[in-house]
Amino acid sequence: MSTNAPAITPQIVADHGLTEEEYDRIVQAIGREPNLTELGIFSVMWSEHCSYKSSRIHLRKLPTKAPWVIQGPGENAGVIDIGDGQAAIFKMESHNHPSYIEPYQGAATGVGGILRDVFTMGARPVANMNALRFGRPDHPKMKHLISGVVRGIGGYGNCVGVPTVGGETNFHSAYDGNILVNAMTVGVAETDKIFYSAASGVGNPIVYVGSKTGRDGIHGATMASADFGEDAEAKRPTVQVGDPFTEKLLIEACLELMASDAIVAIQDMGAAGLTSSSIEMASKGGVGIRLDMDKVPQRETGMTAYEMMLSESQERMLMVLKPGREDFAEAIFRKWELDFAVIGEVTEAGPDGGRLVLVHRGETVCDIPLGPLADDAPLYDRPHVPTPALAPLAEFADSTNISIDLLTLLGSPDLASRRWIWEQYDHMVGADTVQRPGGDAAVVRVHGTKKGLAISTDCTPRYCFADPVEGGKQAIAECWRNITAVGAMPLATTDCMNFANPQRPEIMGQFVGCIEGMAAACTALDFPIVSGNVSLYNESKATGGGSAILPTPAIGGVGLLPDIDRMATIAFKSTGDIILLIGERSGDLGQSLWLREVRGLEGKDAGPPPRVDLEAERRTGDFVREAIRSGAVTACHDVSDGGVAVAVAEMALASGIGAMLDQPLAGGIAQSYFAEDQGLYVVTVRDAALVELLSKAEARGVTAARLGHTIANRLIFELPESDHAIPLASLRVAHESFFPKLMDAEL
Amino acid sequence: MKARVFVTLKSGVLDPQGKAIQHALEGLGFGGVNDVRAGKLIELELADGTSDADIDAMCQKLLANTVIENYRIETVA
Amino acid sequence: MKSAVIVFPGSNCDRDLAVAFEAVSGSRPAMVWHRETELPDGLDLIGVPGGFSYGDYLRSGAMAARSPVMQAVAQAAARGTFVLGICNGFQVLTETGLLPGALMRNAGTHFVCRDVALTVDNSQSAFTSRYGAGEQISFPVAHHDGNYFADVQTLDRLEQEGRVAFRYAESVNGSARNIAGILNDAGNVLGMMPHPERVIEKAHGGTDGRRLFEGLVESLMAKA
Repeated sequence: MSTNAPAITPQIVADHGLTEEEYDRIVQAIGREPNLTELGIFSVMWSEHCSYKSSRIHLRKLPTKAPWVIQGPGENAGVIDIGDGQAAIFKMESHNHPSYIEPYQGAATGVGGILRDVFTMGARPVANMNALRFGRPDHPKMKHLISGVVRGIGGYGNCVGVPTVGGETNFHSAYDGNILVNAMTVGVAETDKIFYSAASGVGNPIVYVGSKTGRDGIHGATMASADFGEDAEAKRPTVQVGDPFTEKLLIEACLELMASDAIVAIQDMGAAGLTSSSIEMASKGGVGIRLDMDKVPQRETGMTAYEMMLSESQERMLMVLKPGREDFAEAIFRKWELDFAVIGEVTEAGPDGGRLVLVHRGETVCDIPLGPLADDAPLYDRPHVPTPALAPLAEFADSTNISIDLLTLLGSPDLASRRWIWEQYDHMVGADTVQRPGGDAAVVRVHGTKKGLAISTDCTPRYCFADPVEGGKQAIAECWRNITAVGAMPLATTDCMNFANPQRPEIMGQFVGCIEGMAAACTALDFPIVSGNVSLYNESKATGGGSAILPTPAIGGVGLLPDIDRMATIAFKSTGDIILLIGERSGDLGQSLWLREVRGLEGKDAGPPPRVDLEAERRTGDFVREAIRSGAVTACHDVSDGGVAVAVAEMALASGIGAMLDQPLAGGIAQSYFAEDQGLYVVTVRDAALVELLSKAEARGVTAARLGHTIANRLIFELPESDHAIPLASLRVAHESFFPKLMDAEL
Repeated sequence: MKARVFVTLKSGVLDPQGKAIQHALEGLGFGGVNDVRAGKLIELELADGTSDADIDAMCQKLLANTVIENYRIETVA
Repeated sequence: MKSAVIVFPGSNCDRDLAVAFEAVSGSRPAMVWHRETELPDGLDLIGVPGGFSYGDYLRSGAMAARSPVMQAVAQAAARGTFVLGICNGFQVLTETGLLPGALMRNAGTHFVCRDVALTVDNSQSAFTSRYGAGEQISFPVAHHDGNYFADVQTLDRLEQEGRVAFRYAESVNGSARNIAGILNDAGNVLGMMPHPERVIEKAHGGTDGRRLFEGLVESLMAKA
């Protein structure tokens, strides 16, 4: 064993984020004190990020299976069958903390990481999405963060040539000190060319490809406490920097090699680098692994095994090749000007399983059993308390001016046009984007076919905060609804579970509640979860108070359109179409943006969120999808934030065609137009198709009611006292001004 | 030996990044920033004895676009 | 028609351009790797695609312009072979000197991806023959460095010689005289920032780009 490392002190243990109990558990597992390299490896593998130690027992409650699911959670990404021998491979992942520290590189490397998760499995990435949460727009740091994150996502995605086709962005003061950057990638592969990570074949070569390893992202506190006896400046931890050009080459080189039969297993080096990639490959395959650290391509001089194992350098992959195929593979990577090195081999598992052995400068610097690192990592059932139900909404006065309220909502941070964001993303490269950002779901054609993948990211954190169970349900249901609203069949989801400190029972209660709601909705809607990630400890004292983020289970869903010519968009198509509301209206204003933006009521004062009736959700959605595919529907948009009025306004703004809306319901203006009723769609039909559609709805037990009709240039609301007319030009100014005004002064 | 190549936009060529930096500095309350021009610094580690003419050729052929950029070479022994 | 699309490390619109060539000509272009020193025999048309060749590091198009294959492209252009450079391809063509001027950082400093209105300035070229003079069309742009710069004499000359193929009909990136695409003096090389290959079929939401390729194929067939 290496002797030049410092002895392990309680401080070093704490700096590695391990508790005393966890340290004792390590000593027990390996039968001696670990050295620093081994301790570092345990700390990485037992982190929340790798071990899911606080979340695992609850994540098991999520449905993950369906006949079309080829691979559920546990691999680099989820895989679903999309027919014709093709599969969609996708996952969403968080990069929250790095994006707060250095927004451009944090967001960029987040995109790079999720791309690798997907092409590692043999898929060509075809679409990127994201889910972003920022703090108050007027927070002193926020413009810098928004600007950096958006430039970072664009800078990476644009360069690798994968279109960023949509996403969602919210603002709330709960994210002032902890923004959320969740990135999703969807790829397409052939079902018989999917690559997995389980290593096998004793003696098979382990190959490192991609960029060289540097000291990127090695944990600061660890570095400060460890005396390596060399100059401190060179050891300073650095922000991970993304290189999308290298990533693009890595995609092409990997896909070229994947067309052969040379690969046994492949895994990207994610946040936990060489440590988690090598250990996961070995433990999944039930084998051991031996690495020669001297052979790891290094960008800096004098790197220790500890640094190489913990480095978060980007754009790297690890593969197990079939014996004798090294030269063939190396030629491909050399052609793409990438590093290629055989750094070890698969070793035989003993009776107690495989071992991780690292050799560096002629010494064995690590020799530990794999079992405790992965499968037998700590597992906690942390105490959790349910979130108390909120009191029903108190009586409130109705809207007194629908025009002003609508203009206020459309110009508010959560509803204003995101054009400023998406115009910085190349959302068309590949020439298969057939529904661009701004609609319910983005649609990307499967290259060379008539099929389309519909993709949406969704979550309403204020609902989750008010009622985690209903909020969890709603996040899944809204994603399902958005995919349905373009005419696609929702197939599966990925989740990015962003929460605060799980050691606080109320936070753990939010997590457990959201999972419960999500599981119920996934089951009811046949919409399983096939991949995902958990990001905990998103809270910061620095910004004043115990500032936990809102519970944010961001959902990314994928659906299939058999024929992109039978697709709905939100834009009205012509004047004189009938506007219908399909689904049940409850008029529930709890947690609505109208209450928040117009009445100043939010959080615990804003009542329970709208309920999702999962049975009605499915019945209504299935009907809407069929109506779209039959060609009867000319435009479709689901009702969500801001209610019916905002949905109609968005349809008008997308088209330049206006609408005349009939008298409101007896419950009043706010209930009719600003309630965020769930499972509700606004659709347009030609007059001639109306009767048939209504009778079909009735036969299916689906409520369809006339809302109005399309007209030129303005929105007119018929009201009991006097009609309100708003020119589309005014709506457009309100809708388009927020981001340019906020961001103009920013670089 | 080392050489440093400073690449700057020719005077008269509009520099959008410089303009944006100037604007941002003003936004941060720094008055009196009359102009900002952003450029590049390229550091070369060279074999000893690399001639000035060679470095100049590198600039002409690749490091600078002389349609819009000027360059200046500094060598450090 | 025999065509080729050049592929640099970091090109990412190479497939899209090849699809467009094939869609209108019926024949599949050869994909030519940047290290090649010779082009396939008998080419009528060479596409220099969009993307981020060499990551746009140093300057957009700078390193690709020094690739071995670009010497062959320059020789082919001199012999009269048609060359179409789109987006990064336009940047590469200016860096090689096949077209005058340079593409600088957008005036707004942001990457910009959206549909823009263009006017057809010269409808007489092989590339623009299917458009009417002064016709307004819509192509998407997707670039960070599309701000066309050339000295006043060069700009005057381009205009006098009818070498401005397309102009922006709205403010996009700060380009001198709203120039979006230019021709070489022989009229067989076009460089443009907007992406015609992204609007060639109904599913793209527009088909204005298709006519560029159709006109080109027609001209090449007539020539042959």
